[in-house]
Amino acid sequence: MSDPTRIPAAESPEQFPEGRSLWSDALQVLLQNRAAMAALIILSIISLLVMIAPFLSPYSYDFTDWDRVSEGPSLATGHIFGTDALGRDLFVRTLYGGRISLMVGLVATTVSLVIGISYGAVAGYLGGKIDHVMMRIVDILYALPFMFLVILLMVLFGRNIFLIFIAIGAINWLDMARIVRGQTLSLKNTEFVEAARAGGVSTARIIRRHIIPNLLGVVVVYVTLTIPQVILVESFLSFLGLGVQEPMTSWGALVNEGAQEMENAPWMLIFPALFLALTLFCFNFVGDGLRDALDPRDRSR
Amino acid sequence: MIRYALQRFLGAIPTLLILIGLAFIMIRLAPGGPFDAEKQLLPEIEANLRAAYHLDEPIYQQFGRYIYGLLQGDFGPSFQYRDHTVTELIMSGFPVSLRLGGFAMLLALIVGVSLGTLAAFRQNTATDYTVMGAAMTGISIPNFVMAPLMILVFAVYLKWLPAGGLGDGSIRNLVLPVIALALPQIAYVSRLTRGSMIEVLRSNFIRTARAQGLPMRTVIIQHALKPALLPVISYIGPATAAIITGSVVIEQIFGVPGLGRYFVQGALNRDYTLVMGVVVFYGVLIIAFNFLVDLLYGWLDPRVKY
Repeated sequence: MSDPTRIPAAESPEQFPEGRSLWSDALQVLLQNRAAMAALIILSIISLLVMIAPFLSPYSYDFTDWDRVSEGPSLATGHIFGTDALGRDLFVRTLYGGRISLMVGLVATTVSLVIGISYGAVAGYLGGKIDHVMMRIVDILYALPFMFLVILLMVLFGRNIFLIFIAIGAINWLDMARIVRGQTLSLKNTEFVEAARAGGVSTARIIRRHIIPNLLGVVVVYVTLTIPQVILVESFLSFLGLGVQEPMTSWGALVNEGAQEMENAPWMLIFPALFLALTLFCFNFVGDGLRDALDPRDRSR
Repeated sequence: MIRYALQRFLGAIPTLLILIGLAFIMIRLAPGGPFDAEKQLLPEIEANLRAAYHLDEPIYQQFGRYIYGLLQGDFGPSFQYRDHTVTELIMSGFPVSLRLGGFAMLLALIVGVSLGTLAAFRQNTATDYTVMGAAMTGISIPNFVMAPLMILVFAVYLKWLPAGGLGDGSIRNLVLPVIALALPQIAYVSRLTRGSMIEVLRSNFIRTARAQGLPMRTVIIQHALKPALLPVISYIGPATAAIITGSVVIEQIFGVPGLGRYFVQGALNRDYTLVMGVVVFYGVLIIAFNFLVDLLYGWLDPRVKY
């Protein structure tokens, strides 16, 4: 990360007081937000559990225990969340389902992030007619019932996990593009961008080096709010039987199976539902906390 | 006003065309034709079938034919339910879905606005935190998780309400599905109302009204409510889309014979024309609703200039 244009820091430390950056400010606010911190800790625990899932139980996610079909939670048998109608260990399946759900959350959000930021930043920075046309396209796409189009896509092209990632990511970039464009419009008239332009820096480089880094605050907030949305869309599809396919599973698919068996085996509904709800809840809390910390417009709360 | 309405209307047309075009292209790009699932047909019979469904024509002609049919309310034949047209299926399912969705929307607006207003007036008190905490829960827990849990508690354990189906058609059967469908929207609407109400209450004209000694109730109802509701009005568009999407799973869970259930069945059966018909039908509905909400907003908010 050596950059010849960067002025070496702390040339005359006695002249200037220690600068308080947006990020250190935000970190302070966030650390004091107990709800957000608790949510962050719970999320870390869930992620960790999901990652080390294979080491936590002697059973694999598709192993059928024929002697213990639809048995309730029990420490003695080692099925601490019970088993499903095919005798598979629910604890392991819940954690494996979490792998898919969280992975969808990350990958699809990244897809929407990349599309949204580049689109929004280009539209906002170029301005004029190009901006107008690009934003009209966003307006038009905005009104489409995307959930239905994704379902249509799933029906037509089979239930492919990568297709789910891409399709969900491709839905969610519109909000991001709008937000980023708005920020860019106000950034491009700032002095440092003008200075860069006067110095002959190319447009692509200005967008990459000056505009996008300054958008990160808003983007970070939006990302934490996009992840739960995306997880929700995937669970919705899996719940309908259009998402992940057997024997692989996700939280949505598990909730669906649980809902069908809830009268004889309520644990099949309750555990996956708990994990899904808790994760979404925590992401929303962290997102709210980050917004309070990073978004200066929303300081009123 | 008329010019504004016309402008908005013309703006909705490209969206519609893109929606129909996307759905159409997807269907045509799909691997496997509608007749693949059956046993091997004689080539002559297959050719006849393709001709009967106009699948042998060039694609632009098929698209033109589809649009022409749509304009007359004809969504084409269903590939699965051979005896019915898609239009018939839509028309038999839609009234049920409309009742479900309409009640849910009404409930969401009434309860959401009341709770949001209450929270705004008791800002930073226990009431406020309770309402906002409940709203966060409502947003976080998807309705396809909430609905089975509600069935488990209210139908299976407590036996207060039926678990599913429409039964004899009495309103009791709709209580659980409507609440399950409305909960996330109640949460969103109450958060929106609280936020905008707090902002309105800080403004000068409210201070003036209170300084004149008007009772609190008059201040809320006559002065604060209308401006505070503007964000809620503009949320009605997205809310409609969310309720329509939500009703797909809710109908599935509660066994309500509405359009959403046809849609899921069609999707699982790969009934292309039915799925596409419902996508287009709901798409048109959502776009039309957004258009109406735009008009309503323009009429209510004096700052919107035509």
